[in-house]
Amino acid sequence: MSIVEKIDVVTKLSKADFASDQEVRWCPGCGDYAILAGIQKVLPELNTPKENFVFVSGIGCSSRLPYYLSTYGFHTLHGRAPTVATGIKLANPELSVWVITGDGDALSIGANHLLHLLRRNINVNILLINNRIYGLTKGQYSPTSEQGKVTKSSPLGSISGPVDPVSFALNAGATFVARAIDKDAKGLQKILKQAAEHQGASFVEIYQNCHVFNDGAFEAATARDTKDDATVQLVDGEPLVFGSKDKKAIVLDGLEAKVVSVNTESLPDNALVHTTGSDNEAYDALLSSFQHKGLPLPVGVFRQLRKPTYEQGMIEQQQSSIASQGQGNIEALLTGGSYWFHE
Amino acid sequence: MIEVSKAEATNREVLEEVTILFSGDSGDGIQLIGDRFAYSSSVKGNDISCFPDFPAEIRAPAGTTAGVSGFKLCFSSEPILTPGDHLDAMVAMNPAALKQNISELSDNGILIINSDSFKEKDCVKAGYQENPLKTGELDRFRLVEIPLTQLTLDALSSLNLPRKKALLCKNMLSLGVVCWLYERPIEELENWLDAKFGKQHLLSEANKKALHSGYNYADTIELFDAGFRVPKANLPKGRYRHITGNEALALGAVVASIKCKRELFFASYPITPSSDVLHSLARYKNFGVKTFQSEDEISAMGAVVGASFAGNLALTSTSGPGLDLKQEMLGLAVMAELPAVVFNIQRAGPSTGMPTKTEQTDLLAALYGRHGECEVPVLAPSTPADCFTMAIEAFRIAVTYMTPVIVLSDGYLANSAEPWQIPTDEDIDGFSVANLPAQSDGALFQRCPNTLARSWVLPGQKGLEHRLGGLERDYDKGAISYDPDNHFKMVLTRKEKIKRISQDISPISADEYSGADVLVVAWGSTHGALHTAVQQLKSEGYAIDHLHLRNLNPLPEGLGDCLRRYRKVLVAELNLGQLNSVLKNHWSIETEVLQKVSGMPFKIDEVYQHCKQLLTDNSQ
Repeated sequence: MSIVEKIDVVTKLSKADFASDQEVRWCPGCGDYAILAGIQKVLPELNTPKENFVFVSGIGCSSRLPYYLSTYGFHTLHGRAPTVATGIKLANPELSVWVITGDGDALSIGANHLLHLLRRNINVNILLINNRIYGLTKGQYSPTSEQGKVTKSSPLGSISGPVDPVSFALNAGATFVARAIDKDAKGLQKILKQAAEHQGASFVEIYQNCHVFNDGAFEAATARDTKDDATVQLVDGEPLVFGSKDKKAIVLDGLEAKVVSVNTESLPDNALVHTTGSDNEAYDALLSSFQHKGLPLPVGVFRQLRKPTYEQGMIEQQQSSIASQGQGNIEALLTGGSYWFHE
Repeated sequence: MIEVSKAEATNREVLEEVTILFSGDSGDGIQLIGDRFAYSSSVKGNDISCFPDFPAEIRAPAGTTAGVSGFKLCFSSEPILTPGDHLDAMVAMNPAALKQNISELSDNGILIINSDSFKEKDCVKAGYQENPLKTGELDRFRLVEIPLTQLTLDALSSLNLPRKKALLCKNMLSLGVVCWLYERPIEELENWLDAKFGKQHLLSEANKKALHSGYNYADTIELFDAGFRVPKANLPKGRYRHITGNEALALGAVVASIKCKRELFFASYPITPSSDVLHSLARYKNFGVKTFQSEDEISAMGAVVGASFAGNLALTSTSGPGLDLKQEMLGLAVMAELPAVVFNIQRAGPSTGMPTKTEQTDLLAALYGRHGECEVPVLAPSTPADCFTMAIEAFRIAVTYMTPVIVLSDGYLANSAEPWQIPTDEDIDGFSVANLPAQSDGALFQRCPNTLARSWVLPGQKGLEHRLGGLERDYDKGAISYDPDNHFKMVLTRKEKIKRISQDISPISADEYSGADVLVVAWGSTHGALHTAVQQLKSEGYAIDHLHLRNLNPLPEGLGDCLRRYRKVLVAELNLGQLNSVLKNHWSIETEVLQKVSGMPFKIDEVYQHCKQLLTDNSQ
């Protein structure tokens, strides 16, 4: 049965249809609950039969997520979820394949695999749940922890600086890159839906508060009184404006971005207007470095480009081989090259 | 056109078989001419066996022994299993090739050398103190000095090729000489060159001219009067082709896929000597094969596990350190009980070792190389053609028992070719996938009572949604379980499942192995040398048998009893005794070990002598 034929069944699904019979075992108050709920809310809206969803994860707190969904799921090895997801998608391109991963899983042990999945543009949705700490091993610094982070494994502060997940994905050539926050349920759901509908590799970094080992890591971006000044919402075709009381815009001054106060009726000429469809790496680099330069944290879709997917290429090569050489059979295979008769 | 050969009119000396070595720099095109001469010999009706031996460096320093590439070929009027120990003839393109291989040439053997490459500096580069052509050390051979370089340049002078390009054709000139010497038609080689170079007419023309010149040169000088003839071998009638172990593995995988009607997914990371499996399968897209060149060894195995979960026949190939990197993911496949096949083309280790050299040193890694109680079936083909059969068998076991399977080939099997009687579709035993449930029956993790295999439930099947993973799961429900009794039960169940495969493979025949003084037990690519040595001893009246295992885990039934029927058991392996330790562990028997870890296959003679010693000791 093709996806189209199944659609009438699909439309009847609801959030509850995606809850599994497993007891959820994250710490009470963990940001992962909100992310799970967001996924369960979005899946019924995707016009995809439930049995066509496959959630693949690595190892870590967030990687337990597939057990709590009633879809097909595969809890694989630390860092290796992108490889397994690749195999699943190439084996059956009709499936809607999702990778659930964390900052350690995706950017420490599994960074190489993540890079290659993104550059190949395999139509898989990757949700990187970033809490900037190793939770499951009880609190060591992760590759996204800020430099100088004091943890059990770095009592004098971590020596290395962090990798930024969004910059990583943009530089890997991902065709869909976004950032969402666990506490912004609506924003998260909107981005998850866009990611799912994107044809190609979709990468979503989701800030998630680990209140046991790294509480308040994203406080500024989530607290009611600070978030409007600490974040800027990315809207395709709209200027980068933000701020609670005083509206501010981000303008381009030479090669640097700067914040200026504005009134909404007249934006300066050099105000940056966000576009998700540009293939301009300089803009990507600028935008994804805002928060490291005292500028507000961009939240939303950074990039969305239409490019052929890997599996399309694979299928096209198969079809063109069949067209030029005919459908193979055992006789043709075994006599293939050259053979002779021994009389 | 070729003139009618003078040799046609005269009587060629008839030989039963010839072992010849083509040797030169790794950039001399030695493998190419060796391989093609082997093919010509097969088409002529000889049985053949060959051993390509080359360095890992693509172009090691020219003229040094480090860069010597060799292609050893035996063509025979009798059925043969190995290229033999000693050379009857040898082509040495330079002093380094001579130095490296001369010890293998029999007295009075034919030695063809390129006299243009034996200048003082060439000899020094190869490590000779004095020019070997002048010291008399080659007097015991039938030395033929041919100025191959100059003859090639002369032959191609009319084509206005750059000197560098023209010199590349000297391998064809030497091939022409050898073709005349052993009565090979060169028309067939010309057709091959035309096809090989396609639209590059000038290169095709140059190579054909060089080939002709070599042939005519030998004819004109009446090399060894009239040359030699090796009559046709008495092989079963039928259609034949050449097949290397790597090609056979690839073909077997595609046939398995067609037979069981599931798409083949192949993921691999290039590594010597397994890369040819990837090259072969990448050409079979019109057979529904999907090939994926992954970013690393781990990813290849991960993609295989994913593709298996999604219902494809999933395969990877690897060698050496690649096997280490696949072990973690193999553990996941064992835990998730997913079918998958790993072709491991063993090479000399540990670490990077000697990438192009052969060894059987991965057996224990294949059996025990993963943490936890983590058994997988292990198979070992014994000849290049057997790789075809064992590839299909690996998939049959994998899908029937829902387990990853490791196939242990090696560098020798991988690269050596043999004539293979092409089977028809009907000749090949297929298998079906029996454990694919169509509908939800509420027993997702129920096991087949005979095989203990769980069902293969594929994403996309409505109502059968479930979660798999590396965590231990409940025996009945499949949910995560930390229950101590459940874990013990699952460990024993996984073990029992693998053990039951032994009911499904050929047992050791008590009639065939009824007991004698010595039993030689072995596995893998050593079959030819061991079988030949044992047959020789048998023909001399010794009470000796040869048992070659193709199933290394589980071992076939009847093996323990078989071993006990012999006064001595000799386990012969290209390692320090890995199968030996497995056998002793199973049956606490006394064994002898013949070990060799030099990157080279067994010679018939070393096996023969070792066994004879054992037999003689035995009789005292």
